[in-house]
Amino acid sequence: MSGKTLESKLAILSDAAKYDASCASSGSTRRDSRDGKGLGSNEGTGICHAYAPDGRCISLLKILMTNFCIYDCAYCINRVSSNVARARFSVDEVVRLTIDFYRRNYIEGLFLSSGVIRSPDATMADMVRIARDLREKENFRGYIHLKTIPDAAPELIAEAGRLADRLSINVELPTDASMQAFASEKNPGQIRRAMADVRLRKEAARDVTHTGRKAPRFAPAGQSTQMIVGADGSNDAAILGESTRLYSSYQLKRVYYSAFSPIPDSSSRLPLVSPPLVREHRLYQADWLLRFYGFDLKEIVSTARDGNLDLELDPKLAWALANRAVFPVDINRADRELLLRVPGFGVKTVDRILSTRPYRTIRYEDVVRMGGMMKKAGPFVTAQGWSSGGLIDTARLRSRFLPPPVQLSLL
Amino acid sequence: MRHIVIPDTGTAAAWREAARACLMQGLSPADIAWGSESSERGLFEDQPVSCAAPVRMTVPRSFVELAEAVCWHRDEDRFARLYAFLWRLKDAPQLMSDRGDRDLAHLRAMEKSVRRCQHKMKAFVRFREIGNRDDPRRSFAAWFEPTHHTLEPTADFFVRRFADMDWRIATPDLTAIFEQGALRLAPGHPKPALPDDSSEALWLTYFRSIFNPARLKVQAMTSEMPKKYWKNLPEAATIADLIATAPARARAMAEAAPTLPPMRAEKARLQLAAHESAWSGPTEALPSAIRACTRCPLHRTATQAVPGAGRLDADLMIVGEQPGDQEDLAGLPFVGPAGQLFDRIAQLAGLERSEAFVTNAVKHFKFTPRGKRRLHQRPNSGEIEHCRGWLDAERRLVQPKLTLALGATAAEALTGSGAGILARRGTVEQLADGTPVLVAVHPSYLLRLPDPVERERQTRLFEEDLRLAADMVRRLRAEAGAIRAAST
Repeated sequence: MSGKTLESKLAILSDAAKYDASCASSGSTRRDSRDGKGLGSNEGTGICHAYAPDGRCISLLKILMTNFCIYDCAYCINRVSSNVARARFSVDEVVRLTIDFYRRNYIEGLFLSSGVIRSPDATMADMVRIARDLREKENFRGYIHLKTIPDAAPELIAEAGRLADRLSINVELPTDASMQAFASEKNPGQIRRAMADVRLRKEAARDVTHTGRKAPRFAPAGQSTQMIVGADGSNDAAILGESTRLYSSYQLKRVYYSAFSPIPDSSSRLPLVSPPLVREHRLYQADWLLRFYGFDLKEIVSTARDGNLDLELDPKLAWALANRAVFPVDINRADRELLLRVPGFGVKTVDRILSTRPYRTIRYEDVVRMGGMMKKAGPFVTAQGWSSGGLIDTARLRSRFLPPPVQLSLL
Repeated sequence: MRHIVIPDTGTAAAWREAARACLMQGLSPADIAWGSESSERGLFEDQPVSCAAPVRMTVPRSFVELAEAVCWHRDEDRFARLYAFLWRLKDAPQLMSDRGDRDLAHLRAMEKSVRRCQHKMKAFVRFREIGNRDDPRRSFAAWFEPTHHTLEPTADFFVRRFADMDWRIATPDLTAIFEQGALRLAPGHPKPALPDDSSEALWLTYFRSIFNPARLKVQAMTSEMPKKYWKNLPEAATIADLIATAPARARAMAEAAPTLPPMRAEKARLQLAAHESAWSGPTEALPSAIRACTRCPLHRTATQAVPGAGRLDADLMIVGEQPGDQEDLAGLPFVGPAGQLFDRIAQLAGLERSEAFVTNAVKHFKFTPRGKRRLHQRPNSGEIEHCRGWLDAERRLVQPKLTLALGATAAEALTGSGAGILARRGTVEQLADGTPVLVAVHPSYLLRLPDPVERERQTRLFEEDLRLAADMVRRLRAEAGAIRAAST
């Protein structure tokens, strides 16, 4: 490759990687290097070593092996028809960077992705080599997240899963039709088959053979994927429907939503607006409600106008306002399922309420101490000495929660 | 009134010991003044509380964990608060589950603060290399200013993570030193001058590059990476500039006019097309699929793609090079001057073109415009490669008994090599599917030969080759007929 310095390559290849939202380093097996024979540890919880001014956590060294790519996906900074600067790391350079950053406590590990060069197999083989060198030559016990290439050979995926903590492959767009429109060379069916393959391998690794020997671990931190929001015309109902399907079909740990952000040298086929960050945030909130709060997709979508979530209110609050008959909820009597439906209460708050109830009758200020957001929850609950006073039935309830009106700018 | 001074190291264990002893002796919270070594050195005489009878005391496990964290808090009243709560707890063990209790809420808040401080230490300590990179055991040092006294309880995290190197973390209160696999604690000191580290520049590059200026969310950053930590984070020095330039960078991205794809794009597209799977559609759709082909850039300049023509049950497939000017216009193969010459010689050789399937190795016409004419250009290997899928699809469709390769391009597409045609002409080679291919020159070669004598000679040889082809087809047909007859 041309005489680019390591620093300029790093600049190019991390710039190229920043549109991948995931930077998680949690949920893998616990391990350390107290024995002095290796480097690194993983304690289950992730650590964010820094935050960029975009508010995103920096936990891993998130880079592309190369940003040369033969695909022409319209939304991607690295698409072949873009004129961004190109570079390619050697295997040793990535290994050395990872180790040097890790030893200085800058990172939890490596998130390696790549443009597709030559052939999918050749690209995946190089990525696997980096992971293998880290694990076997450097005895690296930190976190490794590998992006898999859909068409890569099964034995490469098998080895990637053995070496990495997490594998991921991005579905990128919520529908096959938008895939066809914006990334025609990618095959959504193939991406789904690849996710199914990872799930099957992970499940096979959990089985114990008849001799009682455990199969080698496979991607202990599971698999994740990413969907771009706002590049195509899909509404939130379509996006959440797709992610519900993905969670259930492939046992994903996470579906990341990435607001489509203008990229340098953007394709003329895509909207050049500021990224829909609020929409992205609402999708994450809805995603959480679906996974941890017992909400059903239909319930969340029922409040959506034209299939899009309310941008002004969080989806739980929107649901509560549309289902006022359920409220007010008595904090001292309601069961867990119902408490979880109260806007302003998180899982932790609910657990604290439940652990306290045997010992005292809960008052408004007790809930505040437990972390409940009573400004939001107030109208929807009753507690000792607190009643919502018919607030729940007022027509103006919604306006209580809206952000204060802003004077329109004259310019 | 008892004054109990808890040391600055081993704090949690010391407090636990002292608290247990006090509880044994029935000392109420009002009877004790708790102090810490650092703040009260010299104020009080050490009055160790002796625990006379080692009676077992049980407190909920959750309180022990809470106390172990709260002891490292910086507030002076932490020991007193803990003891006061413990005093209440001994008669009411369920207090630990009562999240509405004020005292517990305060302790939980302190605990949370300590744990957060520990977490931020794990995240924000930045080592610099102080030894030689090539040393068998590398050594690093860091300076950190934690909010609470959290170095001691957090040091083990660094031991678990960095046991194969020497390191030290200095704070104003305490220094943790890990050498040759052993951890020790030493007094704190003012900020040391650490040597420059070349990796730090790379880290700053990374920090700058991973930031997306189109999604500026400063508050989300500062809530997780509060400013009080910035002075010891090398990357924080770049933040102000990143924030200041972000709107302009985002605007520039939005305003930049779309650019034309680089040259590389075309090459990559070709490469990608080569990976495309072979034709698997229905027979009748093949010609239209070929006509719709955009696998290589030739489709942009040519009028149309020219699929093969002839009998689908032909025993002979004739493969030429590519459509010429006339073929490109007509959409039919072998209709230009070369095709006419071929027809003339074939007639002499007794080869019936109407019984064969005629096609080209490359389906689009490649040329350079010269005035009003289009000059034929030989297709390159990439173009041959991209079109090979179509040729293969046609071969699977027709399943000829013999293939006649006319010229180097056809030979390359069929056999993989187009070299030495004059030496190979008139010879039969095997294709991958086991069927024979007869190599001959391309009729346009005969048209271009300047020397009339040589042209005459080559034309005779070409006629011989076509005669051989006709003979071979008859023979292969007869053999197939015999096999069919034998099997019935």
